[in-house]
Amino acid sequence: MTRIKEKFTELDAKKEKALIAYIMVGYPNENVTLAAVKGLIKGGADIIELGFPFSDPLADGPMIQNASTISLEAGTKINKFFNIVKKIRKETDIPLVLMTYTNILYHMGYPKFIAKSKKAGIDGIILPDMSVEESKEYIASAKNKIDTIFLISPNTTKSRIEKISKSSSGFLYLVAVYGTTGVKTGIQSYTLKAIKDVKKITKGKIPIGVGFGVSTPDDVRKYIKVGADAVIVGSAFLKIIKNTTQSKIESRIESFTKSLKSQTKLR
Amino acid sequence: MKYPKDGRFGEFGGKYIPETLVPAIEELEENYLKFKDNKEFKKELDYYLKQYAGRPTPLYYAKNLSEKCGGAKIYLKREDLLHGGAHKINNTLGQALLAKKMHKKRIIAETGAGQHGVATAMACAVLGMKSEVYMGYKDTIRQKLNVSRMNMLGSKVHPVMSGSKTLKDAINEAIRDWITNVETTYYLLGSAVGPHPYPVMVRDFQSVIGNEIKVQMKKISNKTPDIIIACVGGGSNAIGTFYPLMDTNAEIIGVEAAGKGLKSKFHSATLSSGSKGVLHGMMTYLLQDKEGQISETHSISAGLDYPGVGPEHAYLKDTKRVKYHSATDAEVIDAFLTLTRTEGIIPALESAHAIAEAIKVAKISKKSESIVVTLSGRGDKDVEEVQNYLNTHDKN
Ligand SMILES: Cc1ncc(COP(=O)(O)O)c(C=O)c1O
Repeated sequence: MTRIKEKFTELDAKKEKALIAYIMVGYPNENVTLAAVKGLIKGGADIIELGFPFSDPLADGPMIQNASTISLEAGTKINKFFNIVKKIRKETDIPLVLMTYTNILYHMGYPKFIAKSKKAGIDGIILPDMSVEESKEYIASAKNKIDTIFLISPNTTKSRIEKISKSSSGFLYLVAVYGTTGVKTGIQSYTLKAIKDVKKITKGKIPIGVGFGVSTPDDVRKYIKVGADAVIVGSAFLKIIKNTTQSKIESRIESFTKSLKSQTKLR
Repeated sequence: MKYPKDGRFGEFGGKYIPETLVPAIEELEENYLKFKDNKEFKKELDYYLKQYAGRPTPLYYAKNLSEKCGGAKIYLKREDLLHGGAHKINNTLGQALLAKKMHKKRIIAETGAGQHGVATAMACAVLGMKSEVYMGYKDTIRQKLNVSRMNMLGSKVHPVMSGSKTLKDAINEAIRDWITNVETTYYLLGSAVGPHPYPVMVRDFQSVIGNEIKVQMKKISNKTPDIIIACVGGGSNAIGTFYPLMDTNAEIIGVEAAGKGLKSKFHSATLSSGSKGVLHGMMTYLLQDKEGQISETHSISAGLDYPGVGPEHAYLKDTKRVKYHSATDAEVIDAFLTLTRTEGIIPALESAHAIAEAIKVAKISKKSESIVVTLSGRGDKDVEEVQNYLNTHDKN
């Protein structure tokens, strides 16, 4: 069983849902990344998504775009990223998911990139610009090594959801809103409907994680109430990192994580 | 390749897109296939191309330029005479009409030199639709005449402050808008790039250039051209010129922007020195670093200042059917002035890349040969930029 699958099984037994937290590695530097990860773990995050910056993040809003630019300017390179992952992996067994764009993997070659990720301790990969139609080599390279987490959207048809969930492992990432990351906030009724519809189609075969614009404990509670198996919070963490002095980042992240996590426990 | 059903030209192309855009791309392809051979649609487009945009454009024998070079006869395909001043209107009329058939009310576009933005604004004005255009901040400065034109035409221009603030970033921002407003918005892409079906659709709308050349050349010389030259940014004027003439014996040459030289980092010659990768929904050649981060590019012409290229060109390079050369900023300025002063035609800086290559080729060609160069646009937008270049480089 993969770490991600184990985590969902473990949470199921406790009648809890998963809090997935995203941060951009190297934003604004390695030390802050390590401090933020500590805060996330102490606060009770269940899975951590680590962003690797790409020059042209076309699915991302201003917050993550800006974090990508700063991380790249600070010299985040692939090997450095994997070294940071290894450091994190030494300290914790929490599932780690890598989020970046297709070209980063394509350029190195899918098999090589995936082998390196696996070796560093990455459990799954998310590529927002990878569509299932183009994913043959990617999936073949990842099979039995790393979870391939695909995205679906509120406008994805039933037959596509079926097709995409067959190509996905770990969890299925439901994009909550029409938009880029971290821009639209507040709960849309079409999102709640999408969660219910997707659950019906996937019949519990794969967990559903809801992300994009999820930023408050209230959001978390509402999405979980209608059936999300996980919520993904990203830009809200980057905002804390942006607005907090370095020495306080770990504790701020810890307390915010706690406030989100408390809403994932079913009563 | 007629219509690549799987969206691939050889290994290039495809659709690497966020899932939110999949229904929109499917709807687009479905409608494009439905209307592309539809009689009514073709008749309507033909009407606008002739009566509104000014087609067919002349194939002008540039006698003075030919004699100056001392070799082949140089013919200019005068896309610069089209309404709006560039070939871009061929594509925007086609896509805007299609968008209208699809009942889309809001149109978005990206633009580099501003010519595609202007052509979008015009097509939308005449067809009664609203348009918004994303343009890199750097380009809004160096092509400010076109920003004013778009404003006058009722289009909203969004300056893009991210990344290199040029065409690549304008495309990123347009895609982000499309993801956000996918239910109401039509993305009118301006070159033969992006996810399938854009590259093939834009090629088809621009093929009117090559189709006319074929007929006109036959009338003039009862032959097809010996050499065909066009500039390549994303590659729309080039593929529209080349595609209908692909099965002739012509030597075909695409010209990229060599900026300050291919050995410098300051160029946009994607096919000449790029490597394979995935950007803006397509697998193609890209200018990128060792880790797959996209490079910042440079060209004196905003319309060629792009680190990618249409996937069909990538395929034509690998199959060697088309040769891809490049021209430096300095060569382009020379060609710009040469054409201006020998023929009284002020070319767009983009098109001046093709002229620069034509001059090189003509000098070593036979008098009995013919060269057709697509003059993709006129240079009014560039005169200030050229004047600045001349002032700082002490030329005149
Ligand atoms: C006059 C002119 N020629 C050429 C281009 C380059 O585009 P493409 O390679 O798609 O023809 C542009 C783009 O802005 C242009 O304005």
